Amino acid sequence: MITLYPKRLFKVPVEAECICPDVFAEKSAKEIATLQIWEGNRKRTLGDLFKIKHETDSPTEEFTIRICGDVSKVRKIGAKMSMGNIIVEGDADMHLGEEMKGGIITVTGNADSWTGSMMKNGTIEIKGNAGDYIGASYRGSTQGMSGGKIIIHGNAGYEVGCFMRKGLIKVHGDIGRFAGIHMRDGTIFIQGNSEGRAGAQMINGKIVVCGYIPSILPTFTIDDIRPKVKVNEENVEGPFYRFVGDLADGGDGKLFVSKTKNPHLSSYEEYL
Amino acid sequence: MDIAIKDGKIVEKVDEKKAEVVDASRMIVMPGGVDIHCHIAGAEVNSGRILRPEDHFKDVEAKTALTRSGVGYSIPSTFTTGYRYSRMGYTTVMNPSMPPLEARHTHEELDDTPMVDKATYPLLGDWWFVLEHLRDGLLEECAAHVAWMMSATKGYAIKIVNPGGLEAWGFGRNVKNLDDPVRYFNITPREILRGLCRVNKLLNMPHTIHVHTNNLGQPGNYLTTLETMKCVEDLAEEGHPAIHITHCQFSAFKGSDWGTMSSGAEEIAKYVNHHSHVTLDMGQVIFTDTTTMTADGPFQYGLYQLSGNKWVNHDVETETSAGIVPFRYKRKSAVHATQWSIALELALLIKDPWKIYMTTDHPNGGPFTAYPHIIAWLMSGVARKKTMSKISKRARRKSLLPSIARELGFYEIAIVTRAGQAKALGLKQKGHLGVGADADVAVYDINPELVDPSKKYKTARRAFKRAAYTIKGGEIVVKDGQIVRPVFGKTFWVDVKTSLPIEVNDDIKRKFREYWTVEYENYPIPDRFLHVPAPIPVKAEV
Repeated sequence: MITLYPKRLFKVPVEAECICPDVFAEKSAKEIATLQIWEGNRKRTLGDLFKIKHETDSPTEEFTIRICGDVSKVRKIGAKMSMGNIIVEGDADMHLGEEMKGGIITVTGNADSWTGSMMKNGTIEIKGNAGDYIGASYRGSTQGMSGGKIIIHGNAGYEVGCFMRKGLIKVHGDIGRFAGIHMRDGTIFIQGNSEGRAGAQMINGKIVVCGYIPSILPTFTIDDIRPKVKVNEENVEGPFYRFVGDLADGGDGKLFVSKTKNPHLSSYEEYL
Repeated sequence: MDIAIKDGKIVEKVDEKKAEVVDASRMIVMPGGVDIHCHIAGAEVNSGRILRPEDHFKDVEAKTALTRSGVGYSIPSTFTTGYRYSRMGYTTVMNPSMPPLEARHTHEELDDTPMVDKATYPLLGDWWFVLEHLRDGLLEECAAHVAWMMSATKGYAIKIVNPGGLEAWGFGRNVKNLDDPVRYFNITPREILRGLCRVNKLLNMPHTIHVHTNNLGQPGNYLTTLETMKCVEDLAEEGHPAIHITHCQFSAFKGSDWGTMSSGAEEIAKYVNHHSHVTLDMGQVIFTDTTTMTADGPFQYGLYQLSGNKWVNHDVETETSAGIVPFRYKRKSAVHATQWSIALELALLIKDPWKIYMTTDHPNGGPFTAYPHIIAWLMSGVARKKTMSKISKRARRKSLLPSIARELGFYEIAIVTRAGQAKALGLKQKGHLGVGADADVAVYDINPELVDPSKKYKTARRAFKRAAYTIKGGEIVVKDGQIVRPVFGKTFWVDVKTSLPIEVNDDIKRKFREYWTVEYENYPIPDRFLHVPAPIPVKAEV
């Protein structure tokens, strides 16, 4: 296991794509210290900014990177990783686990926007809140998250799962507007409330809202009332209104909304 | 044999003791590459850049002590465009399709494209004054007006895109064939083409009319293309081309719909082989993610409907239109793979390499950085076969390529990538290494006496990707594929000398006031606006 301790408080963003088990594996602490990173527009080495402690691995344990301290200005942690573990004890900045292909990232604090964007596989678990564009595509692209799991124990921001193609995003808290915008497939499971406009321009996939949602987009039509809904292997008890959309884009996405938490949507029932 | 260079020109002899010597033994020496058709600057290209952040972020170039930073991929930033061309040994690049209204923007971007000489063609095929003059049969007035436009926009050649169709597109329509009249103007595409071809001759323009045909990108359009070539047949002087059909691949589809779409290359090649008034360029398709951009608004709208991708469409006032759609050419798509095959069939079936030139219509068929791949396909049946084995089965069955054994040699490659293009453009000082030519030289690290490119196509591909030396205007600007000296290129424009000074009448000025967003007084670009202007004086017959 390798533990990184930030030597000081970072004032400008640090781009640290190299903090990744694939890069660290089979390197000594000395070699790791020479890896290049950017602090603002300055080129630095990892050793300039972090104290690196190498602890011998037990052979059964997977390769693990632990970050202790404030890295809320460090971006791209775990980008493109394909194996091992990263544990961030504190907050992480944007682009955490971008394009990751495997392994597990755990953040005990909050994560910023673009967490898990374009990820292909693996798991990201955020114990706190997360920002916008979780599991999204890069700006302008239509290739969003295409596999893996993102679990957020707190709240999440806007446009979560933008252009998502596969996989699961699970939010235990509340979610901002436009969850699952442009969604192609996959599942977004929201245990808390939604700020609305969920599933705008979705083509396929599944969004489940267990809490309150102010309204459903006019381009969705009610389809059914279901007693429960299946999210991966888990059965979630309802009942749920099932909406289909986004019809403006000829979509066939499914939007499940809790019936008990949303009595103001009961007027839809007459269209069944 | 030695090539002597002095003051940016190729000369008979220099004092060898004082001169800097580049040892190019066991290498190929060619004139600097010339690209006849490549969208690298202007409003359209820049809108494409804005539209596609995802195109840039995976292809980033950091700045070095000599070069600026930039991004690719299909629509590289201006400086990166210049560097990448230069690294491949190219020294002259022509930017087609400039809406005259956007001439200022285009020239600003061209000025920021270093390392290469360049020029740009104003779009005149749907220009109101041209349509009106031609409709009324006022050929000489039309010629005088075009001469004024060349100087006002600092243009190099007459570009015609989907003649008549773009004006019709302003009203949501298109033209179907060469005899389909344009609404409100009552003029047919045939009249526009013939009229401008005559105007081109009256003005003694160095290049022919540069035509993007009607019905481009639609199955069955090879008939329109044949018709377009035939319609100016009688206007050609013996041995001189009268028309250049650009990115011909997109205009060589057979079939009645996408299901039955196949190659019309054989018919077009047959016609071109028997006539001397036509030149073509390939418009090769590369299997990659690219950005299509043409002035052909209706075609781009069709492409949007096919792909469902994000899109831009624009009606440029009274002048032309434009459209942009990101597009991915897939190996496994029968249509895309057939397109790939058509361009190569054209290049191989047309016997005279002086008639067909290598382009990708960058970025419409793919980025220009793919040129080494096309060279490999042209030089090696093995390379073609290898790509063939990966493409759609239906396209493979229909393709003519397996029946074509021809493989181009290095001399023919030199013609299709520089000499032929320079000749078609009328650039007398480019595309050859004779005394008096501009000292634009490309040296590629491959020994033509030892390497057989038809077998070792990968070696050839590698060599053409990174020039061992690129010499621009007598200075070594690239060494071993690295920029060693950034330089500015010239901007060519045609300065037409008419017998009487061109007068712009009050009617035209009034129309500018009424219909344009730019006043007449602000419309022409002064010579001093360009970084390094290089006017080419020609004497017109009007």
